[in-house]
Amino acid sequence: MSSPVTDIPVRGGNITAVPPLPDSERKPLTKKEMSADHPTWCPGCGDFSVLALYFKLIEKRKLWHEKITTIAGIGCSSRFPYFVQAHGVHYIHGRALPFASGVSLSRPDLHVFVFGGDGDAFSIGGNHFNHTARKNIKMTYVVMDNWVYGLTKKQTSPTSPPGFKSKTDTWGAVDQPINPMKQAIAAGATFVARTTHTNPNHVLQMMEAAMDHDGFGFIECLSECVEFYPGAFDSSNPRKGGAFNLVPETHDVTDEIAAYKLADEPFPGRFGIFYKADRPTKNKLEAGINAKAQEKVKGLKHWQILQQNFDRMK
Amino acid sequence: MSEATMTAPASGGRPKVSKISEAVIRIAGNSQDGIQAIGGFLARLAGRSEQEVMTSYEDHIKSLRKGGIVLFDSDHVQPKPEWQQEYRHLGVAISSMTVEAIGGTGKDKGKNMFVLGLVAKMFDLNVPKLEKLIGERFGGKDESILNNALTAFHAGYSHSLDNVLETFRFVEGQKRAGHQVVMTGNEALGYGLIAAGVRFGAGYPITPWSDIMELLRRELPKYGGTFVQCEDEIASISMALGASYAGRVAVTGSSGPGISLKTEALGYAVMAELPLVVIDVQRGGPSTGMPTSVEQSDLNIACFGGHGDSPRVVLAPANVEDCFYTAIEAVNIARKYSVPVVILTDQAIATRIEACEEPNLEKVCQDISPDLTPIADFKPYDLSASDGLTHHAPPGKRIASGKYPVVTGLEHDEMGHPTGSPKLHLAMNAKRRNKLRKLASELPVPQVYGPPEGNVLLVGWGSNQGPIREAVDRARAAGDSVSSLHIRYINPLPPGLENIFSGFNRVFVVELNDEGIYGYGQLAGLLRARYCDAKIQGINKTDGLTFKVKEILEQTRARLAAAKAQPATA
Ligand SMILES: Cc1ncc(C[n+]2csc(CCOP(=O)(O)OP(=O)(O)O)c2C)c(N)n1
Ligand code: SF4
Ligand SMILES: [Mg+2]
Repeated sequence: MSSPVTDIPVRGGNITAVPPLPDSERKPLTKKEMSADHPTWCPGCGDFSVLALYFKLIEKRKLWHEKITTIAGIGCSSRFPYFVQAHGVHYIHGRALPFASGVSLSRPDLHVFVFGGDGDAFSIGGNHFNHTARKNIKMTYVVMDNWVYGLTKKQTSPTSPPGFKSKTDTWGAVDQPINPMKQAIAAGATFVARTTHTNPNHVLQMMEAAMDHDGFGFIECLSECVEFYPGAFDSSNPRKGGAFNLVPETHDVTDEIAAYKLADEPFPGRFGIFYKADRPTKNKLEAGINAKAQEKVKGLKHWQILQQNFDRMK
Repeated sequence: MSEATMTAPASGGRPKVSKISEAVIRIAGNSQDGIQAIGGFLARLAGRSEQEVMTSYEDHIKSLRKGGIVLFDSDHVQPKPEWQQEYRHLGVAISSMTVEAIGGTGKDKGKNMFVLGLVAKMFDLNVPKLEKLIGERFGGKDESILNNALTAFHAGYSHSLDNVLETFRFVEGQKRAGHQVVMTGNEALGYGLIAAGVRFGAGYPITPWSDIMELLRRELPKYGGTFVQCEDEIASISMALGASYAGRVAVTGSSGPGISLKTEALGYAVMAELPLVVIDVQRGGPSTGMPTSVEQSDLNIACFGGHGDSPRVVLAPANVEDCFYTAIEAVNIARKYSVPVVILTDQAIATRIEACEEPNLEKVCQDISPDLTPIADFKPYDLSASDGLTHHAPPGKRIASGKYPVVTGLEHDEMGHPTGSPKLHLAMNAKRRNKLRKLASELPVPQVYGPPEGNVLLVGWGSNQGPIREAVDRARAAGDSVSSLHIRYINPLPPGLENIFSGFNRVFVVELNDEGIYGYGQLAGLLRARYCDAKIQGINKTDGLTFKVKEILEQTRARLAAAKAQPATA
């Protein structure tokens, strides 16, 4: 007894195909071509500069609309994909990384960018962060850390410093916050960097380095929530009388312990690449497993490979 | 198969040989005893075996018919005196005789092969064929393992069954056309997915789903595919959705507890209109429940689990062979309707070994790799699409207009951008709902088993199909007006049910779940809500075992008596 197998949909439906245009004849995308919806962020929100620098990155590195995928979870910062004119996904709260992993692992031809907030990354998505990092799945992940829940209007976040008066800690936060740098290093991330939205050149520099890294590239980007945590990062902003200190030139980025120590410096701490390891990505390791498995079935059609299993079940 | 087909014992004289066409052999033992292997060999030889974990025969003796034979290991089991009256107990020192034959201790392997030998003798099974199967199973390893297995088997076979007053011989069954393959339901699902073209999956281990993920992890690399073991079930469905979004339907799965975790993302798949296959190998619930027992209590979560209105497709295969084709069908429905499809199977089908006709793989296997040809313009949620059927443009696809889609879980406009517009929410809800109405209209009207009109219609789904049909056969043989209907499209329901129900005085929905506060189970609840028909009632149980034919007949009779209607069975 077999069940009726439904028709397979016509690929692409009734959509007109167009001839491909060779990349060599294409011009870098302009800001206009890259922007989609006008951002719904509050005027002055730090997230604007991250978006502007993403556009810069796309332009500078001649990335095409269709070659990148912008993925996010839920939060103010996670609205990102709506503002970018490219294939994008607005997924559910905290789970952008596993979704992005599914894209990354099945489509080596794409570059996957993930954007999100501190709650999305380290609270509801905390475990996914650890596992995506240790598996070293190739993608670039920018966490726009504002030390607060912005979208839900000022609750304590896992990065809120003790004493921060939120709607869920009106007397001041009491829980030990997560240190994103330490978390990333301990989880096994192979590229760990820190930047701040008030230093555009540095943000771009970090984004480029993360993108060029063959692996899970993580950037914590301080991004002020002017609405619910104004002034949070003033002490890291020279224009507000603070100090923007780079990672010392003598720092060895392959030294995990040194990176951990760097991450332990009190705020405003250091900015730059804390840690970088050359470890094979899951993408590569899986491709290796596949190459080995496919060697044994060389020349066979897929149905013939399956037939081998069925022959053993007779 | 039936429990009543063995003939009654002859008294006195030489052991008699009875000709039989079917037999039920139940095997109980500790989990390390390798009882599954005995079932596997018998299934390969005879066609079908089921597995329930039977760790003590006391729990299962009720399923033996009066006068049936209990063959027990007299080294370890002390039969109850009162049962010795009702059943023929036959003690064989299985442990010590195995030790005698192959050495080692009573805890070592080999007892199962000894028992297989005993059974082979008792039922006059084809010894050379069994030897060949044993060779296939144990060959290639250490040679002494195969030798021990064969020695234990022959020791069992040559053991004199003096006490058995009869042995049995199967009458030649009808030769079935084509080749037969033997596998479990979980294997059939796994291979079905591969045949369907699925090349990515993600999951987290849980019994009885793990077999499927282990199989896919092992097999997919040969096809250039990947299966990822994730940190949890939420990550699993998310990763599978990511791969589906990337252009090729992916699979995730679990059993009850993990399905609960997946529901938020499942709702996303409905909202975002992403194709996906989700396998739920049901086990006893709620919570951690009864991990190795069968139950059909996830129908509600499969159809309705999650928040908001989230229409999705739910299919329930009826047997092992059906698992293979259901997997392919699920993939194709997911693709055609851009919707998640839940395959609701259960522990009984998952672990049961059945012989089925070998599929024509060359014909069945399909390529569903994404199409990245550039297109002129694209709307991911085009409201003018007929029947609401739209398909995503995967990332990597160039869109000449320069307008790119966003796939989203927020209510959205046709480009996937968020909207708070009540008009759009109405229109998009209708789009998502109409796709399923369209699917419903395309489904085949299910066939009634037995006459299409009569007194009682037994409605079943999933692994209940076998015992329900057997119950119908027996009831009809006794002159009662009973037919049955098997439903494999759970959501949406197939057309024509109302018409079928109208041909019967009583409709009893037979399911392995609780009768609930109002006296009927989950499918019955769905059918009552759909057809407003109070004659739809439930026959339910949750003892962790599949329905026995006897139980269905008894409960049918009880329902009829309670309704003061004419009894269905004598
Ligand atoms: C499962 C789930 N729980 C809770 C929410 C509500 N929620 C949306 S965003 C958010 C926190 C956002 O904070 P963060 O990730 O730091 O992003 P920000 O808005 O600060 O950029 C919460 C709690 C949700 N959408 N889904
Ligand atoms: S609430 Fe805060 S984080 Fe959200 S948009 Fe406004 S300023 Fe930015
Ligand atoms: Mg935040």
